[in-house]
Amino acid sequence: MKIEGTVWKFGDNIDTDVIIPAPYLVTTDPEELGKHCMEGIDASLSAKIQAGDIIVAGQNFGCGSSREHAPMAIKGAGISCVVAESFARIFFRNAFNMGLAIFEATGVSVGVNGGDRMSVHQETGKITDHTNGKIFSANPIPAFMKELIAAGGLMPYILKQQRAG
Amino acid sequence: MAQTIAEKILAAHAGRDSVVAGELLNVSIDLALANDITAPIAIELFDKSGVKAVFDRGKIALVPDHFVPNKDISSAKQVQIMRGFAKKHRIEHFFELGEMGIEHVLLPEQGLVLPGDVIIGADSHTCTYGALGAFSTGVGSTDIAAAMITGQVWFKVPESIKFTYTGKPGKWVTGKDLILFTIGDIGVDGATYKVMEFTGEVIESLPMSDRMTMANMAIEAGAKTGIIAPDDITRDYVNGRAKRPFKCYQSDADAAYAEERSYDVSAIEPQVAFPHLPGNTRPVSDVGSVPIDQAVIGSCTNGRIEDLRLAASILKGHKVDKGVRLIIIPGSPTIYRQAMSEGLLEIFLGAKGVISPPTCGPCLGGFMGILGPGERAIATTNRNFVGRMGHATSEVYLAGPAVAAASAVLGRIGGPDEL
Repeated sequence: MKIEGTVWKFGDNIDTDVIIPAPYLVTTDPEELGKHCMEGIDASLSAKIQAGDIIVAGQNFGCGSSREHAPMAIKGAGISCVVAESFARIFFRNAFNMGLAIFEATGVSVGVNGGDRMSVHQETGKITDHTNGKIFSANPIPAFMKELIAAGGLMPYILKQQRAG
Repeated sequence: MAQTIAEKILAAHAGRDSVVAGELLNVSIDLALANDITAPIAIELFDKSGVKAVFDRGKIALVPDHFVPNKDISSAKQVQIMRGFAKKHRIEHFFELGEMGIEHVLLPEQGLVLPGDVIIGADSHTCTYGALGAFSTGVGSTDIAAAMITGQVWFKVPESIKFTYTGKPGKWVTGKDLILFTIGDIGVDGATYKVMEFTGEVIESLPMSDRMTMANMAIEAGAKTGIIAPDDITRDYVNGRAKRPFKCYQSDADAAYAEERSYDVSAIEPQVAFPHLPGNTRPVSDVGSVPIDQAVIGSCTNGRIEDLRLAASILKGHKVDKGVRLIIIPGSPTIYRQAMSEGLLEIFLGAKGVISPPTCGPCLGGFMGILGPGERAIATTNRNFVGRMGHATSEVYLAGPAVAAASAVLGRIGGPDEL
């Protein structure tokens, strides 16, 4: 499957407090959370995001809290996937568990600009910046994580296993 | 095969003799934890799954501590969801107001987390229990929902970094200063996906409260957990609290580490982490003139009785500077009562501080001490990200209780020796 969208660009160490500030952690509604996505950096951002847009960031994206509201807010805002140089581990885990597509790719934080059109080929890991023609390669996803994605996340995965059990 | 303490605990919980870093495992858990922010999502997923019963009602802890006492109607609803679930499934460890403490202060105190355990918590500071020699790590709500059904969690076996601390710490240097110094050295992603194993003569003589402060902040370097091998200090702490058997593991002398680092702590001063990253550290003597509006002493990092004693020893006979609001948060009802009987609350009130009930409150910008535009706080908490304690233009400086208490009196960031 190919994901295509316009890039919103961020720097290193984007933490969960700026992705979704704590005052909004009193709901579990993805759409409501989405309205405040990235509010710690730009309060007007979520209104500008078009469905399918892509977040590109630097090192250690999603550091800080374990709040699953962070990937939920990103998904709820209409973002199709996050491509970063690297991810903090709980965010990485949560994204796979709850079904937000994320990719680690070296060089994207310098080679891609905000506003560029970008596509990500999920199977091959080929990432293309259609604005400047640059091509990047996503780190391969471990087999188990692929199974999680195929099942639709951790809950469907373990329930299937339980039934097979 | 030579193994680290983390590998040994994971192997034992996966029914294996040994494991190697990098492999994926399903491991059995001894406890799954969630709070009033993360439990509602886990409960929603659990209910949606159609599964009727939790795997073990004695191995789930639900602690409403973040926005409790309920700060508003929405947060009250979140706790209602937890309370309803706890009642329906007869969850043994649900902590109602009055028994509730800050989760990572409360659970060790109550003997619910023990050496050799595998613990997961939908809270990033779950790594605190590594101080007792457990493998304990933060996960998301979905992981907790799944674990409440299966009693298991998937892990990639992490590599370990060995940190060795030698020398004689200075008078005001605590576990907080050692971990801030370490994060300052390796950076906020310096231990991503890895275990930080803390060893050496300095660690061996650290009290449990300081060990918990160190393990607590392993996540601020991106680590999966921090861990300290259990010894007599651990056993003294755990004996009398534990209501079930536990096992103490040690790393083998020839275990493999991704990296080894040593620090001579003799030269380390009390540390201050500047905005907006915990790794942005400086010795207190290099801070310069930083006036503050608020000082917060508490949290899962530094809300234990030893922290309050240290703060009180500095505040005794002083009043906070006129421009400063001092907020003290005992981490649990037991600590609150202890502070009362030891006369610490009298000292705090005498210094013109206020005493909050146990809550995470201001640490994450929830309530009970939110910063306005441009305001500055010194805090014994764990994060100083943009907007962490309030307005996006406010600033949080992280330090230990000694520096926070001294700063409250000085009206600017400074060490106890300046008083």
